[in-house]
Amino acid sequence: MSLHFVEFELNGCQIDGMVEARRTLLDFLRCDVGCTGPHAGCEHGVCGACTVLVEGQAVRSCLMLAVQANGKTVETVEGLSGGPKELHPIQQLFREEFALQCGFCTPGFLMTLVALDRSEPRPNAAEMREALSGHLCRCTGYQGVLRVIDRLTEDRK
Amino acid sequence: MKPFALDHAASPDAALAALGKGATAIAGGTNLIDLMKLQIATPERLVSIRRTGLDRIAPDGDGLRIGALVTNADCAADPRVRQDWPLLSQAILAGASPQLRNRATTGGNLCQRTRCGYFYDTTQACNKREAGSGCAARDGFNRIHAVLGTSDACIATYPGDMAVALLALDAVVLTQGPYGPRQIPLAMFHREPGDDPTRDNVLQPGELITAVRLPAPTGGRQIYRKVRDRASYAFALVSVAVDLTMEEGRIARCALAFGSLGTVPWRDPAVEEVLIGQEPSPALFARAAEVLLHHARGFGANDFKIPLAARALAATLAQATKV
Ligand SMILES: Cc1cc2nc3c(=O)[nH]c(=O)nc-3n(C[C@H](O)[C@H](O)[C@H](O)COP(=O)(O)OP(=O)(O)OC[C@H]3O[C@@H](n4cnc5c(N)ncnc54)[C@H](O)[C@@H]3O)c2cc1C
Ligand code: SF4
Ligand code: FES
Ligand code: FES
Repeated sequence: MSLHFVEFELNGCQIDGMVEARRTLLDFLRCDVGCTGPHAGCEHGVCGACTVLVEGQAVRSCLMLAVQANGKTVETVEGLSGGPKELHPIQQLFREEFALQCGFCTPGFLMTLVALDRSEPRPNAAEMREALSGHLCRCTGYQGVLRVIDRLTEDRK
Repeated sequence: MKPFALDHAASPDAALAALGKGATAIAGGTNLIDLMKLQIATPERLVSIRRTGLDRIAPDGDGLRIGALVTNADCAADPRVRQDWPLLSQAILAGASPQLRNRATTGGNLCQRTRCGYFYDTTQACNKREAGSGCAARDGFNRIHAVLGTSDACIATYPGDMAVALLALDAVVLTQGPYGPRQIPLAMFHREPGDDPTRDNVLQPGELITAVRLPAPTGGRQIYRKVRDRASYAFALVSVAVDLTMEEGRIARCALAFGSLGTVPWRDPAVEEVLIGQEPSPALFARAAEVLLHHARGFGANDFKIPLAARALAATLAQATKV
């Protein structure tokens, strides 16, 4: 068994630990750190529930090893808002547009949208829709999420 | 996943040394980790090659050199690629999803393995996964399988998009290995299954892809058309890459490559010969499809790919030759 020391910045806090090389970033976050926002859906890169930001870019944490995050910055849904009673503006839009039901897929959708929202030049609505094709949802029928995109892109017109 | 040892290579030489000792390279990991979870790949040693410095895109004479570790996202967004080799950008963006493209790399994409369901199911016979075990796809669910370049041993497609564009663009794969550097034209990189489907490409043990080189831009009209079960985020059923130049109403130059049709990214010079020097017409496109597909053979559920490829070819050519 090969054990590795990893440290990275998670939602602004420095964390570290010893991990086996085969530990995925998703399992490390959920099981070792206790950060359960990224969800384990398919665990094969398909559904998007495990999406986190690494160096500001949305990636599948189920197809990445924890050791591959060494020295990087990692963001999960837990880090989006200022506190437990606050919502990030995109979370607020999800709430207003009923863009979630069971919420299993939601952290993934949010992380991809947050990364797109920050990027320069800012993607248009069509590009955002395309990016969200990498997220599967069993409940919403997606219409609420598409309304979130409309409002996100409307605000900036 | 089975336990394995992992090292980080800080240079191509360090990566080559590790590969020479039998390690398997891991780049983005988006294909390899998946295969390791299913224990289809069970390497004992991995060497991470992400920090080897091979992640740059640089001019190369009139062409462009794309480092093996350049991510698919960065390659597709590169202004030079978008301007002069838009086919490559289009093909990459037609594949996977943004979250995967942020990790996936040029070298890893070329080496991605088939999506044949029996290859992924370790309870099934599969000559690609386990030599000599048989091929469950032949008489099984083979809707996504190849109609060109198949063998008795295997009918699986190479599923990727990027390589199809690279094939039409006459790209060359640059490698380093135990026997020195090699320049492998994309057309020679992937292997038809023949009687050994276990090897998808011609890389030797210990060989590392360092870059892909694009020749000078052709200035042609470039289109990547991907036909799939849904409009986005699905592997191709058939894809067509074209790079074509018109002169005085005739097709002066034309490169055509096809994805998910053959066992390897498919290019057939005879198809291009039919088209060159001719005025575009539906009859001409049909003739080109006939030449492309006269050896094609379906296995039942994938028979539809033959007429589908003919229609996709005609539609792509109509678009590319439109004045
Ligand atoms: C849900 C999903 C959907 C997808 N959809 C598509 C799609 O529509 N179209 C498409 O084209 N692809 C698709 N893909 C595949 C994706 O493009 C590949 O997984 C990715 O390109 C692999 O790159 P990587 O860097 O992550 O490779 P890795 O997983 O790191 O490596 C893959 C293989 O390449 C070898 N390798 C990597 N780099 C080198 C090198 N420099 N030299 C020698 N060997 C090397 C590794 O040893 C390994 O065997 C999809 C993947 C997923 C998970
Ligand atoms: S088609 Fe190839 S990959 Fe699929 S089961 Fe047959 S041998 Fe295996
Ligand atoms: S859990 Fe990672 S993509 Fe589904
Ligand atoms: S809200 Fe239930 S899976 Fe998306």
